[in-house]
Amino acid sequence: MVDVASTIPAPIPPKKGLQSPVNTRRWQNFKANRRGYWSLWIFLALFGLSLCAEFIANDRPILASYKGEILVPVLVNYPEEKFGGFLAETDYRSDYIRDEINANGWMIWPPIRYSYQTANSNIPHSAPTAPFWLMDEKERCSPYPQGKDDPGCTLGNLNWLGTDDQARDVTARMIYGFRISVLFGLALTIASAIVGVTAGAVQGYFGGWTDLLLQRFIEIWSSMPVLYILLIIAAILPPGFFVLLGIMLLFSWVGFVGIVRAEFLRARNFEYVRAARALGVNNGTIMFRHLLPNAMVATLTFLPFILSGSITTLTSLDFLGFGMPPGSPSLGELISQGKSNLQAPWLGLTAFVVLSVMLSLLIFVGEAVRDAFDPRKTFR
Amino acid sequence: MTTLLSVRNLSVAFHQGGNTSTAVDDISFDIKRGEVVALVGESGSGKSVSANSILKLLPYPAASHPGGEIVFNGKDLMKASDAELRHVRGNDITMIFQEPMTSLNPLHSIERQIAEILDLHQGITGAAARTRVLELLNQVGIREPEKRLAAYPHELSGGQRQRVMIAMALANRPELLIADEPTTALDVTVQAQILELLKQLKDDHGMSMLFITHDLGIVRKIADRVCVMTKGKIVETGPTAEIFANPQHAYTRHLLASEPKGVPPVSDTSKPVVIEAQDMKVWFPIKAGFLRKVVDHVKAVDGIDLTLRAGQTLGVVGESGSGKTTLGLALTRLISSKGRVSFIGNEIAGYSFKQMRPLRNRMQIVFQDPFGSLSPRMVVSDIIAEGLKVHEPTLSEKERDARVAGALEEVGLDAATRWRYPHEFSGGQRQRIAIARAMVLKPQFVMLDEPTSALDMSVQAQVVDLLRDLQAKHSLAYLFISHDLKVVRALANDMIVMRLGKVVEQGSSERIFTAPQEDYTKALMAAAFNMEAVNVPAINQ
Repeated sequence: MVDVASTIPAPIPPKKGLQSPVNTRRWQNFKANRRGYWSLWIFLALFGLSLCAEFIANDRPILASYKGEILVPVLVNYPEEKFGGFLAETDYRSDYIRDEINANGWMIWPPIRYSYQTANSNIPHSAPTAPFWLMDEKERCSPYPQGKDDPGCTLGNLNWLGTDDQARDVTARMIYGFRISVLFGLALTIASAIVGVTAGAVQGYFGGWTDLLLQRFIEIWSSMPVLYILLIIAAILPPGFFVLLGIMLLFSWVGFVGIVRAEFLRARNFEYVRAARALGVNNGTIMFRHLLPNAMVATLTFLPFILSGSITTLTSLDFLGFGMPPGSPSLGELISQGKSNLQAPWLGLTAFVVLSVMLSLLIFVGEAVRDAFDPRKTFR
Repeated sequence: MTTLLSVRNLSVAFHQGGNTSTAVDDISFDIKRGEVVALVGESGSGKSVSANSILKLLPYPAASHPGGEIVFNGKDLMKASDAELRHVRGNDITMIFQEPMTSLNPLHSIERQIAEILDLHQGITGAAARTRVLELLNQVGIREPEKRLAAYPHELSGGQRQRVMIAMALANRPELLIADEPTTALDVTVQAQILELLKQLKDDHGMSMLFITHDLGIVRKIADRVCVMTKGKIVETGPTAEIFANPQHAYTRHLLASEPKGVPPVSDTSKPVVIEAQDMKVWFPIKAGFLRKVVDHVKAVDGIDLTLRAGQTLGVVGESGSGKTTLGLALTRLISSKGRVSFIGNEIAGYSFKQMRPLRNRMQIVFQDPFGSLSPRMVVSDIIAEGLKVHEPTLSEKERDARVAGALEEVGLDAATRWRYPHEFSGGQRQRIAIARAMVLKPQFVMLDEPTSALDMSVQAQVVDLLRDLQAKHSLAYLFISHDLKVVRALANDMIVMRLGKVVEQGSSERIFTAPQEDYTKALMAAAFNMEAVNVPAINQ
């Protein structure tokens, strides 16, 4: 019972940041939730794949060889005159260019030969057309000049999930739509976390009049009918990714303020915060170094849910036609097409499956994160 | 006397994440009818876990009993069904806990809380229940119980709350009362009253008691027999007088020898004045009405004069709510106050936080709770270096590290441990880290806000010795705030007895300890040193 350092054995290497014992325990807890753990990996794999969308679904070859020269059309915009044409951009899908390049070299196409805006000019029926596996071989190749022997009638040129009402490939639009939804969600989540955490931190730390005025403002601000205001603003401003992001950020940061403010209010009276003040540490440093880590647990727990909420809001705006500019790949627009083309269930079904899988994965991850940060949760 | 409760070879194990730790290891003890047995030990010794396992109140299945039996009135409680246990709990065996604030439901009036137990176990309701509640409240010494029936827990003081808890425990005339540190959260004078009450109730009802405490003074006062526990084992059992007179086990002897000892520095008026305050006042306004008009003030500190010289210690003594911590915070300018404060020649009364910053390294604070005062997310090295970064920003990484290591060694910790997180240290070690954080800046004045209250007895004595050594070495001026008179006697050469923001008595501690003038001081001394409730009107006025 001697209370000196001799009871603590030899020095250990400094452990900080991600390697700290607290974070190791949280990671263990996260892994213990098998569903969340696998959801995270599936989501990361899907998101990683969709980040490479240009290499998976594109109307340009990844690599081509033309008259001994190696070209990378996926990255470089070659004018058509290079291949004997006259347009500013090359349409590699046209029969003429295809035959020209194949005669003088070769092309490697992505698995899907459509980008999100590419219209299929060889559709068997009027758009929207069904997925190719719903038709027999003769029917699906009928629009090509040589029928099923045509070199254009390959797997990459067929529409795996059909086309929408403008003859654009649904698979390609789905991949790009997934990417833009997740990117939008992430950007909005991070931006609103920064704004919301800052506002909550200032309110909670300083308290008094600062807190009172900001809190009343937030009450008024958050009692506004958000979706209608979004619709009005979106109708005035030109649509676009960043305009939408800005408009939605106006309202989404409020969600973080409550938890962060509460954490700061609670923690600013902790003795170690008082001790830091007694050391003469300035307010900014105290907030950042001593208080923010406390609030981060609550914030991180919140993030996946805000992320899925952001995605849903974007989708609903797109569905109503007030979202991304026309022509952008968007899941909301796909749903709205599915609604107006009930005879083409592949439109609505695709959008539904993608959205529900994405949101479920995010919610499962969110649950696991919440469990991992809960100090009282025990796993057996 | 027949044996009422017999615990045989009881073990308790906790499982977490695949690890099993044994909290209680093969303990046995008996309680006879009408006897008070004390379980004594420091924190983590397993005494509360043992008591809770008697009524099977542990968090099962995280906890389990690898073995043992608990025979109560001839029946093994370990094998009893849930329904049988429910009948025993609150009826034959009742418990009172340490924290009366959290043990009472804040949303129910005290009448309802006591009547609920009567209804549950005896089926008494209505007017009969009210009569019995009044009778119980009378027994536990609540004055004018009729007026208190409708009171909610927050309207009662800590001592009154604990009395209500005792009334609830007594409601069904239990045969055994388990008291788990029932007075630890209370002021010394209230503690003395509660002990008196428990003793008297035990005699009146012929009840047995299992008393769990870390305070040897309480044991000596109330217990017939003592079981000394450490690290989950009972190392010594015997009649109280025998154990105190002739301890056999090394741990018992260590525990008995661990009262804070030593002598405070000698008063010397030739030393330079470090901090001086005149007519210091901290009033918190009470606002009311629509326009938030100030109608009155809470006078937390009301007109205090003090002078503190280098190398001397001023003890500030008082019960909770007496304003002693507020006084300390006002002196260090962490809250604003009225009145003159001068610190090494600077009139700091009107200084802003920015103006104070250059002086902050000369005045440092050590807080009460070593678990709350260190940021759990920083390693020890960063915690100690934080002040250096503010006050000596020109230091190189290497010089700073050397200062941190030096400070740790000065407080008796291995410098190699500076890369660990606070939770890897024991309470006493953490308090040493907090002291190192203050010392690394080489202060002249240190405010010690109950630095030993959260520590075990034996650790307390070590920290007191450390503080005294540091004071002698660096000629530090200490403002030592405490409710624990034993520690103050070992450290302070001057003292202030505070009550409701005002000074009751002020002067050399030797004089106050040997010949207190005021009734309140006398009552405080009697309660602290002899656990006796004397001069009760002086305390309750």
